Amino acid sequence: MAKFDYAPAPESRAIVTIRPSYGLFIGGEFVQSTDGSRFKTINPSSEEVLAEVTDAGQGDVDAAVRAARKAFEGPWGRLPGAERGKYLFRIARILAERAREFAVLETLDNGKPIKESRDVDVPLAAAHFFYHAGWADKLEYAGLAGGGGQGPKPLGVVGQVIPWNFPLLMLSWKIAPALATGNTVVLKPAETTPLTALLFAEVCQQADLPAGVVNIITGAGQTGRHLIEHPGVDKVAFTGSTQVGKEIARSIAGTRKRATLELGGKAANIVFDDAPIDEAVEGIVNGIFFNQGHVCCAGSRLLVQENVADDVVMRLKRRLQTLRVGDPLDKNTDIGAINSAAQLARIRELTQVGESEGATRWSAPCAFPDRGFWFPPTVFTEVSQSHRIAQEEIFGPVLSVLTFRTPQEAVAKANNTPYGLSAGIWTEKGSRILWMADQLRAGVVWANTFNRFDPTSPFGGYKESGYGREGGRHGLQAYVTTGATR
Amino acid sequence: MSSTTAAAGARELLGVASLTNASLTRWLHGLPGVDHVGADARAAALATRSVKTTSKAWAIDTAIAMIDLTTLEGADTERKVRSLCAKAMAPDPGDPATPQVAAVCIYADMVPVAVDALRGSNIHVAAVTAAFPSGRATMEVKLTDTRDALHAGAHEIDMVIDRGAFLSGRYLQVFNEIAAIKAACGHEGTRGAPAHLKVIFETGELVTYDNVRRASWLAMLAGADFIKTSTGKVSPAATMPVTLIMLEAVRDWHTLTGSRVGVKPAGGIRTTKDALKYLVMVNEVAGDDWLDPARFRFGASGLLNDLLQQRQKLATGHYSGPDYVSID
Amino acid sequence: MSPAAPRRSGSQPHGGHDQRIEVRKTYKLYIGGAFPRSESGRTYEVRAAAGSFLANAAMGSRKDARDAVVAARGAFGKWAGASAYNRGQVLYRVAELMEGRRAQFASDVATAEGLPPSRADQVVSQAIDRWVWYAGWSDKIAQILGGLNPVTGAYFNISAPEPAGVVAALAPQHSSLLGLVAVLAPIIVSGNTAVVVASQARPLPAVTLSEVLATSDVPAGVVNLITGRTAEIAPWLATHRDVNAIDLSGAADADDLSWAELERASADNLKRVLRPAGDGLDAVEPDWSAAPDLTRIKAYLETKTVWHPKGH
Repeated sequence: MAKFDYAPAPESRAIVTIRPSYGLFIGGEFVQSTDGSRFKTINPSSEEVLAEVTDAGQGDVDAAVRAARKAFEGPWGRLPGAERGKYLFRIARILAERAREFAVLETLDNGKPIKESRDVDVPLAAAHFFYHAGWADKLEYAGLAGGGGQGPKPLGVVGQVIPWNFPLLMLSWKIAPALATGNTVVLKPAETTPLTALLFAEVCQQADLPAGVVNIITGAGQTGRHLIEHPGVDKVAFTGSTQVGKEIARSIAGTRKRATLELGGKAANIVFDDAPIDEAVEGIVNGIFFNQGHVCCAGSRLLVQENVADDVVMRLKRRLQTLRVGDPLDKNTDIGAINSAAQLARIRELTQVGESEGATRWSAPCAFPDRGFWFPPTVFTEVSQSHRIAQEEIFGPVLSVLTFRTPQEAVAKANNTPYGLSAGIWTEKGSRILWMADQLRAGVVWANTFNRFDPTSPFGGYKESGYGREGGRHGLQAYVTTGATR
Repeated sequence: MSSTTAAAGARELLGVASLTNASLTRWLHGLPGVDHVGADARAAALATRSVKTTSKAWAIDTAIAMIDLTTLEGADTERKVRSLCAKAMAPDPGDPATPQVAAVCIYADMVPVAVDALRGSNIHVAAVTAAFPSGRATMEVKLTDTRDALHAGAHEIDMVIDRGAFLSGRYLQVFNEIAAIKAACGHEGTRGAPAHLKVIFETGELVTYDNVRRASWLAMLAGADFIKTSTGKVSPAATMPVTLIMLEAVRDWHTLTGSRVGVKPAGGIRTTKDALKYLVMVNEVAGDDWLDPARFRFGASGLLNDLLQQRQKLATGHYSGPDYVSID
Repeated sequence: MSPAAPRRSGSQPHGGHDQRIEVRKTYKLYIGGAFPRSESGRTYEVRAAAGSFLANAAMGSRKDARDAVVAARGAFGKWAGASAYNRGQVLYRVAELMEGRRAQFASDVATAEGLPPSRADQVVSQAIDRWVWYAGWSDKIAQILGGLNPVTGAYFNISAPEPAGVVAALAPQHSSLLGLVAVLAPIIVSGNTAVVVASQARPLPAVTLSEVLATSDVPAGVVNLITGRTAEIAPWLATHRDVNAIDLSGAADADDLSWAELERASADNLKRVLRPAGDGLDAVEPDWSAAPDLTRIKAYLETKTVWHPKGH
């Protein structure tokens, strides 16, 4: 029994009101489904039912797209950029005002620790709206126009499908640039995490956003398919698995729809022998255990220089034993619940594969509650490049440790994957950081840090991690015309 | 430990035939670097821990028992020191169950007064020496300063290092000064047991985290029993990140040598909230063995009354005020 | 000084007692986050466009200007070091408070410039919108004005804009709010701090604006406002060696002032000079309602270029 255990420090749920059931947010109002069905969303840390939500049908999707089209061709399309920007400023400020409410709701629906939703997800989401608000009337400066003297123009109606790992944050990454550039939106949150998107609909109402500019339709894979394939949608934006990303790319082929895809990853976190060792250990932990490893850009492969591998792994395991796994609403929890039974099954399956492939498994000792979906922080050592756990995305708190001898070998191993979303470099040597950054085939390179996000910083992948960027000046491109050809 | 023993131990650890400034430099400069931003981030993350109810009560009592209650003013008089000692023995006259502090920390010439005032209690007398706070004097003066305190009965010596020597790379000189004072702590005490030695870095003057790491390892190599952040006379004094670096150092020193060195942040820690953040950091970086006054101290004066007010709130359920705690 | 007809005040309720005497405001300087009177003890009469007495404003002296520069310099490190996001938020908050006080601003502008209420209202809207436009630039300037340079050789090379430091600004003489905002916002959005000399004859909207600044998270010293005679204050700022840049817009139609002389004086420490609009020696006040571009932001930015080798 440790001397200093911290008593339970639960954040109160009282601040958020969850309705027993939700309709769809179409044309500025919550409406009942015409041809959908209902399903339940649960708290993955307890399996408690939180609410009933709608699984939108084809008719619902049609209605949402129609509402978005009407708004685009109506008031929104005619609004000067400066006025559009003010709506986005309002949304940003309301999100900041209601930050605690959103953080608690996100933790309940997703299973992530309140510390993360409070300190990372919600502030970044508000910041994303604030940043994009300022672009709405400055697009001619952003270096986007494709020529012909025409300023960048919006595309029209955008269909957006987002994942369950950062529900509100992914919503902000999609909606903010779309609106800033003058488009209207139909967004489908993930099946297991609809609630913060539905609360966001209230924010749109509080901001007096014109009806139909933002439409939120809940549902599962089929709803998403209807939205992506809808002929009334001019552009699709998707964040999720590479497998579904490829389906989308196939489905829009031959149409004139544009797409941006933010897909999976198997990032290498590369630690050199001259790394600032304590901060590197924090970076490794942050890289794969932040958000329970449910991060597309997670540093799921540790590539450690062979001459310091034993020391690094020893420090890592020691550090993992101070991670607190448990009730996500407890302010001291570091690692929360796995988002769903399905995801837990997949993590278990791949971890089993790792053991049978011959890697050495170590898991931090944890006591789990009886209910809910839980997995301990796990480290595999003696992993080879050919192991499945070095190639396939597990999307859970499981780290694969490989070694390298030289910078060139580190680069080769890091790049030896169909993915290319992110990478980490840990060394005190500036030249090496910049040389490595040049060599790594990854859309985001973090040096002496990891999992840092900012609305001004473009994010996106190479290769099968997708195409297009979100955030920054570059992120606006996907939402505007580029001149003669679309 | 004599100076020559310290040097011998150092030679063995470094793996060199003779302890020169060059060999010390190579060893210290070969320590892993500290990423400033990353260290600040880790300290900030630890500061978000929420400590409640029974855990908070334990932490408050532990923090009180870790205080080196301090007065280091030119204007200190015998009566001022006696008053401080009375406070140390009975921090809250309204609640005799309140723990006593660990030590009273004063200038060396006040040691006899404190020894007399604290007679019969378990509270130690710690004296600041070695030309505190500046460290600018000859070794002769620094040693005499220290011996006077020991002869007068001090249990603990808080010495300052020569920052000028450190910053100009004269590591061997810093090593030798620490080793000599440590040796005096062994010979010159009047208590039967050696006095314990705290080595003050004045981290506000060392500035970089790399320097704090190097000073930590140098002091431990030379025989420090405790490493201490500051004199309290320079701002910034103790900070979370600097203390983090020092906790990492004592943790790694223990892994390397098996011995445990204590850590004392001093100056600028004014509130219970601050103190609890430090205890969280001790807990998660160094571990249970350091959650003890034998291994962790707070150099503070005003902190005690804030801890007492928080203790009163936990007992009564409502907020307290300055009228309900005694001044020292 | 004779008592004049009570100043028309847009939002004072006169319920019940028709003869209610209003509580009039004292108009002071804004330096280092506080509202001091001029160290010289002097004031001067401010009159409405129509001629009636409005208030006694502080007549700032060279020592007030000196103190303002000290305050601006003291605030620069922290303001320039704040994140761009934070500065953008602070500026947006100013706009929020301006909107909340629009009735007072409209009244100030109407009496100062002799505008009908509807037109004054429109000017206030434009001023607030101009401020919002600039607020949104804070976290984008570096992306537009900075960038990677593709040098030859194994080197990483990047150019980044940085604020110049303390900027002195002569606010426009005629456009007492919109022109003021158009001159001030671009100075501070990028991290510079400002010493502003208000319009000599129409200083009251500027004082109201400084009250908004003081209550909206703008750190003390980031903006400092001196009211008084432009011709008396301006030369002291133009020659001040701790001022890094100067905006001469307010030299247009200022009494007893030559912008050319001020520019010549500024050369002593090579201040960056923003000349007033106009041709040749003529200085005119432009149409402030015209859509702005990046000129006023760029005027107070330096560019820093950094090299670093790339090698393993």
